[in-house]
Amino acid sequence: MAIFIETVLSGLMAGVMYALVALGFVLIFKASGIFNFAQGVMCLFAALTFAGIMEKTSVPWPIAFVLTVAVMVGVAWAVERFVLRHLVNQEPIILFMATIGLAYVLEGVGDIIWGSDVKVINIGLPSGAVDVLLDNFDIYLDKLEVFAALIAAVLVGFLAVFFQKTRIGRALRAVADDHQAALSVGISLQTIWVIVWSVAGFVALVAGIMWGAKSGVQFSLSLIALKALPVLILGGFTSIPGAIVGGLIIGVGEKLAEIYVGPMVGGAIENWFAYMLALAFLLFRPQGLFGEKIIERV
Amino acid sequence: MNAFVDPAGMSGHSGLARGEVLLRVDNVSLSFGGVKAITNISFDILKGEVRAIIGPNGAGKTSMLNVINGFYHPQEGTITWRGQVRRKMRPYEAASHGIARTFQNVALFKGMTTLDNIMTGRGLKMRKNFFWQCLHWGPALKEENEHRRKVEEIIDFLEIQAIRKTPVGRLPYGLQKRVELARALAMEPELLLLDEPMAGMNLEEKEDMSRFILDVNQQFGTTIALIEHDMGVVMDLSDRVVVLDYGRKIADGPPEEVQSNQNVIDAYLGVPHGN
Repeated sequence: MAIFIETVLSGLMAGVMYALVALGFVLIFKASGIFNFAQGVMCLFAALTFAGIMEKTSVPWPIAFVLTVAVMVGVAWAVERFVLRHLVNQEPIILFMATIGLAYVLEGVGDIIWGSDVKVINIGLPSGAVDVLLDNFDIYLDKLEVFAALIAAVLVGFLAVFFQKTRIGRALRAVADDHQAALSVGISLQTIWVIVWSVAGFVALVAGIMWGAKSGVQFSLSLIALKALPVLILGGFTSIPGAIVGGLIIGVGEKLAEIYVGPMVGGAIENWFAYMLALAFLLFRPQGLFGEKIIERV
Repeated sequence: MNAFVDPAGMSGHSGLARGEVLLRVDNVSLSFGGVKAITNISFDILKGEVRAIIGPNGAGKTSMLNVINGFYHPQEGTITWRGQVRRKMRPYEAASHGIARTFQNVALFKGMTTLDNIMTGRGLKMRKNFFWQCLHWGPALKEENEHRRKVEEIIDFLEIQAIRKTPVGRLPYGLQKRVELARALAMEPELLLLDEPMAGMNLEEKEDMSRFILDVNQQFGTTIALIEHDMGVVMDLSDRVVVLDYGRKIADGPPEEVQSNQNVIDAYLGVPHGN
C-alpha cells in the first residue's frame, strides 16, 4: 500500500511540473491561437538567464529574479515587434512555424550568452524528504515537489481569475477569437500580445526554476515541452484548470503504469504512456476534458 | 423600458450640436495593388443623423466603412473627425475616439458568452490598471460591477436577457447580429457604423432591428452610418443617402431625391458601366 501511495504522490508531483510547462502553452494559445512550440525553450532560457545572472554577478536571488522577469518581458516585446506583428491574420500553421524558428533562436542565444554547462539553481528552496511522511508511513516525498505544487496552485488560481474576470483577461480571449472584432472594440493587438507573452515568460521562468532546482539547468530542459503536449490534449488547449488536471493525470498515470504494468512488457512505459493516453483522448474527446467545445451554426 | 438614457452622462463625446459636421471624407481614394476600391469620394456625416451608404455589390461600401474605422488607410484624401484632420489612424484609436462598428459577416467572440462579448465593448472605459485588475479586488472590482450594470441596461434595451449566459456561437444568426449591436453600443459611441445590420434576416427580425436602430439614434443621440441593401429599410430609416457604384459616388441626398435619380436607377438596373 505504501508503494502505491508513494507512486501516486510522486506522480502527482511530477504532474505539477508538467502542468507548469503546459500552463505557458495554454496562455499563449488562449490569447492568440498560436501553438507556441518555443514554450519549452522559454523555460530553459528563463532558467538559464536566472542561473547565469546569479552565477556571474552573485546578486541575491530576488534581484536576479526581477532581472530575469525584465528579460522575459523584453523577449515578449521582441517577439511581438519582430515576429507576430508581421504575421497578423496569417494561418495558424504559419505562426506555428514561426515559433519553431523562435525556439532555435532562443536556444542559440541562451547558449551564446550563458554557455552550455549544466547550471545549478540554489536559492534555498526546500529539499529532501518530508520527514513526517517518511517517519510515520515510510513514504518518500520531496519537499521541493510539494513546494512546486503550492506555487503552481497559486499561479493557477491567479490566472483563472485574471482570465475570467478582468478586462485584460477578456481582451486576451477576444483577441484569440477574432482579430478584426477585437480591433473594432478598441483592443490593441500589439499590447495584448506583449502582455500575454510576458505572462507566459513569467510562467516559464517559474517552471524553469522548479525544474532547474530539481535536475539542474541543462538544455534537455526544453524537451520536457514535448511532455506538455499530451497534457494539453488531455486537458484541452484552452483551459487553465485543464492544464493542471491533465498534468496530474499524466504524472500519476505514467508512474502507476511504470510500476504495475511496466514489468509485464519490459518496462520503460513512462516514456510513451502519456502519448498513448493522448491518442485515446483524441479519438473520444478531441476538445480535451475542459476545452471549449465550439458549436457553431453553419 | 428605455428610460435609462442620459446622453449628457455619456463620456468621450464631443460638444458638437445636432446637425454640425461630425465626420467629413474629402477626395478619398483607396486601391489594393491595381484594383481601385474607392475613387475620389467625398461626403459628410452630420451629428445626430442616420446616414445610409448604398450601392450594388462591390461598389466600395464596406471599404468606405473600413477607411472610416481605420482598418484601411486611403492612399489619397483626408478624413476630418470632429473638426480634426486625421492622417493615419489605427482601429483601436478610432474606437477610443468614439467610433464603433458591426460587421457584415458577424464578427463576435464565438467562445465567449453574450455577456462577456458585450463586456469587451466596455474595455476602453475601464481605467483601473493592470495590478488592481490582477488582484480583482477593491477599486477594480467596484469598477467591474459598475460596467456590468451598464451592460445589463443595454441587454434590457435590446431584449436579449434570455441569452445572457449563452456562448454566442450557438445563437441563431439574427440574435448574433443583435449581440454585435449590443457590443458596439456598450462602447457608447458617438458614431456607430453598421455594415448590413439586417442581412439574412426575416421580416420580423428586420422590423425589430429597424426599431432598435431608430431607438439608438433618437434616445442616445448616436450618429449612425449604415450600409443596407433593403431599400425599404433605407428609405424608412435614413435622413440622407450616399450612393456608390464602382467605387465612385453617383448620388447624395435625401432618400426621395436619391430614389428618383437616373444614375442610381441605372446602377441598380445594371445598365452597362460607362454609359
